[in-house]
Amino acid sequence: MSYCKQEGKDQIIFVTKEDHEAPSNAELVEDDPNDPYEDHGLILPNGDINWNCPCLGGMASGPCGQQFKDAFSCFHNSKEEVKGSECIDFFRGMQECMQKYPELYPQEDDNESAPSGEAEAEAVLPADSTSSDSVSASVPTSEEVASGTESPATS
Amino acid sequence: MADLPTTTTYLETSQQDDTGVPSPTINTRGRFLLRHERTPQFVQPAHMSSGPSGGGGENTLYFVLVGATCLAGGAYAYSTLVGDRERYQQRITEIESRSSKPAAEPSTPAKTQPETAAQAVSEPTEEPVSEAVVEPSIAEPVQEEAPVPEPAAELVTEAPAPEAVPEPPVAEPCLAEPVVEEVTPEAPVLEAAPELVVASEAPAPETPASEAPAPEEPAPEAAASQEPDSGAPTPEAPAPEAPVPEVSAPEAALEESAPEIVPEPPVAEHLVAEEPVTEALVTEAVSAEPLPAAEAEIVPETPPVTQSASEPASAAASTAVEPTHAPYLLIGGGTASFAAARSIRARDPGARVLIVTEEDDLPYMRPPLSKELWFSDDPTVTETLRFKQWNGKERSIYFQPSSFYVSPTELESVENGGVAVLTGRKVMHMDVRGNKVKLSDGTEISYDKCLIATGGIPRNLQVIERAGDEVMKRTTLFRKIEDFKALEKVSRELKSITIIGGGFLGSELACALGRRSADLGLEVVQMFPEKGNMGKVLPEYLSNWTTDKVKKEGVKVLTEAVVKNVTYKEGKVEIKLKDGRVVKTDHVVAAVGLEPSVELAKSAGLEIDSDFGGFRVNAELQARSNIWVAGDAACFYDIKLGRRRVEHHDHAVVSGRLAGENMTGARKPYWHQSMFWSDLGPDVGYEAIGIVDSSLPTVGVFAKATAKDTPKAATEQSGTGIRSESETEAVAGSVAVGKAAPTPPPQQKEDYGKGVIFYLRDKVVVGIVLWNVFNRMPIARKIIKDGEEHADLNEVAKLFNIHEE
Repeated sequence: MSYCKQEGKDQIIFVTKEDHEAPSNAELVEDDPNDPYEDHGLILPNGDINWNCPCLGGMASGPCGQQFKDAFSCFHNSKEEVKGSECIDFFRGMQECMQKYPELYPQEDDNESAPSGEAEAEAVLPADSTSSDSVSASVPTSEEVASGTESPATS
Repeated sequence: MADLPTTTTYLETSQQDDTGVPSPTINTRGRFLLRHERTPQFVQPAHMSSGPSGGGGENTLYFVLVGATCLAGGAYAYSTLVGDRERYQQRITEIESRSSKPAAEPSTPAKTQPETAAQAVSEPTEEPVSEAVVEPSIAEPVQEEAPVPEPAAELVTEAPAPEAVPEPPVAEPCLAEPVVEEVTPEAPVLEAAPELVVASEAPAPETPASEAPAPEEPAPEAAASQEPDSGAPTPEAPAPEAPVPEVSAPEAALEESAPEIVPEPPVAEHLVAEEPVTEALVTEAVSAEPLPAAEAEIVPETPPVTQSASEPASAAASTAVEPTHAPYLLIGGGTASFAAARSIRARDPGARVLIVTEEDDLPYMRPPLSKELWFSDDPTVTETLRFKQWNGKERSIYFQPSSFYVSPTELESVENGGVAVLTGRKVMHMDVRGNKVKLSDGTEISYDKCLIATGGIPRNLQVIERAGDEVMKRTTLFRKIEDFKALEKVSRELKSITIIGGGFLGSELACALGRRSADLGLEVVQMFPEKGNMGKVLPEYLSNWTTDKVKKEGVKVLTEAVVKNVTYKEGKVEIKLKDGRVVKTDHVVAAVGLEPSVELAKSAGLEIDSDFGGFRVNAELQARSNIWVAGDAACFYDIKLGRRRVEHHDHAVVSGRLAGENMTGARKPYWHQSMFWSDLGPDVGYEAIGIVDSSLPTVGVFAKATAKDTPKAATEQSGTGIRSESETEAVAGSVAVGKAAPTPPPQQKEDYGKGVIFYLRDKVVVGIVLWNVFNRMPIARKIIKDGEEHADLNEVAKLFNIHEE
């Protein structure tokens, strides 16, 4: 049984699990998907890739940024059956560039197409990562804590 | 409505005149009029007889229209003619000023030609005198240059030598003259080469010559800037002839000596393009500095090989090879600056971003300095500065390793642009009208767009400042990496540390040090004027609860403690409080707030906010048309929450990113609400968003404690000391004064294990604290964005699912 008390201007409510089982009747304002101010995920409303997405980490802005953008754009626009199969050259160029900066792009065994990131990353990303594997592009993950990630939660 | 009377009157008049059916063209209005017939009084007084309708009126209308058109056309023609003259002048002055800041890409050599010509034209009018001076000197050095084509060539190949800012031509004639034809290795550069050639002043065979220009070189300009170069060094139009032969001589010599540097065709071109060459020559001669710069220009496209080859020779002049112009200049090298750099690079392909920072370190993140780095088991953590994130992965506090950045000297030339960091320099003066800044070492850098992200410096207590050197030596104002290293050393060597301040930094440091206190035999004391830790952020009940937790971490907490004075006595720092208490300690850490760094406001003429401090900017973080401010130093307008200044890490990232977007043309306001977090030991971790001020009324919804949520369980999980356990046992046993609750009566010491606290302003939620509840920030952000008045906040709290993990 929950209860409530007041300490001056502050109100305190204690609730049990059962109290919160009923769905909330709080009303939230509906989001406008085309809001120009809103931060968009990986894919913008017009279909373009949001290079500034925190989910990409520093991939689009580093020394190999141009190669990464070329490869990823090609992949994104690819309509082949095996997505991105015609982009092999771009990915190779990107990989060559990345090998020049092993410190920045550590070569990891797990092939992920982009660093693990924000909840903002669209579902496209997981799909991309599986496909990019087939293109044998090993895009190393690069940590990006600076991209406004959720707070490092303690256990 | 205002129209109506006239129209109707007109109609009415026409009606009256015609006394008949209204003309077809005014049918609708006529009907309208009829409706208004009921109010003739209203219409009548507005007697406005506009004359007979029909033929006469139409003619007048025609004449008026035609006459107006003629007048307008005439006025336009006149203004265009006048404006043309002005525009021409502006263009000339713009070209001249541009010559001082080489910004053109080497890939536009064609453009340089006409520009050079234009410059040449304008220059002659300006520097006839300097020419004369330069002439003789040119002759001499030229000869000398010949023998030392090698060093010259090398110097030339230096990384983009700073465009010589148009230095007084008269200065260093000897330097200027070494107009050794800078044989540009690249063909494309050749076109611009004429200027370059001239500019390729062989950095005087003498080292002194090269040194002189070196210090003065403000910024190396890419080859593209070559043309501006020719313009910049006060081109001396007149003396083309004399220098030319000399130039050719060294050229020949150079060719022989440095075949690889001087491709034959380019040379030929040089000679062919006599006019431009002479101009370039002249200009080069004039500016001693430009010489090294010119070299840089030519070099821009040179493959790194040539550059490295020139390194040894250019060593003397290496200091000169620094940027004089940055398309994007970021002042300050912290979180906001880095986020902006990343944003700019993502949105503007090939962007060249220059970060200028006072610190000696590359951009790094601050939160771990007071949290994770202290929890590391690695004894070398002060050197590696690596920590373990919440997801288990390890990383460095530096945002990127040094290989991510390009060197400032290469910034202008590197193919796809990049981010360069100039460390150890402070921006002292900002010239907003001229779009340039001056650094502490005298260098001047001009910019197209500028971001001010200077952050702030820790505040100090007056009593400590007045206390003398001995106390100051034993006081840390914690903010930077070096402060962390120093404090870490102190914690291992000394026996007692006192932290003054009960906010985020003070409490986090107290907990971090408290954790180590048992192992190190260290006494940790924390004192602050509020009633509890985070007293200005958390509502009182929660602040008290938090203070207990901090005490459990091994910290001696003194609440309601106002420092009266501090002295150094008998080897100890003695702190006397207003209420008489005395604390004797070995070291003091002052965490009493941040003073935003707004020294640039004076020279830049920027507004400072009197309420919150910091530079006052609009909702798009703009202070002036080319200047943005982000991070701790920005007092901005938040559309949802009003004007504020936020000193948190995520805000620095969000505002830096937004400023970067706006610098590349996005024109977005501050919309994505930033959040912050804090961890105070193993029991207390919270995330928050919006305005979290304890003076606001709050509503806290907490999960009722079950056996699983007790602090004891939490501590057992995290494995803290026995002291905590016994404390909680004692608490559990106390009799509680409960409300009418059928379940076990609530304990007197209520347990705020996890929950959500809403901060209200006029019944609207403006701030939310997620207390030991994680991964729910998007919901909190949405609630604040909506800005709705919710009748029952318990219903809103349901959205957070606080009972689940």
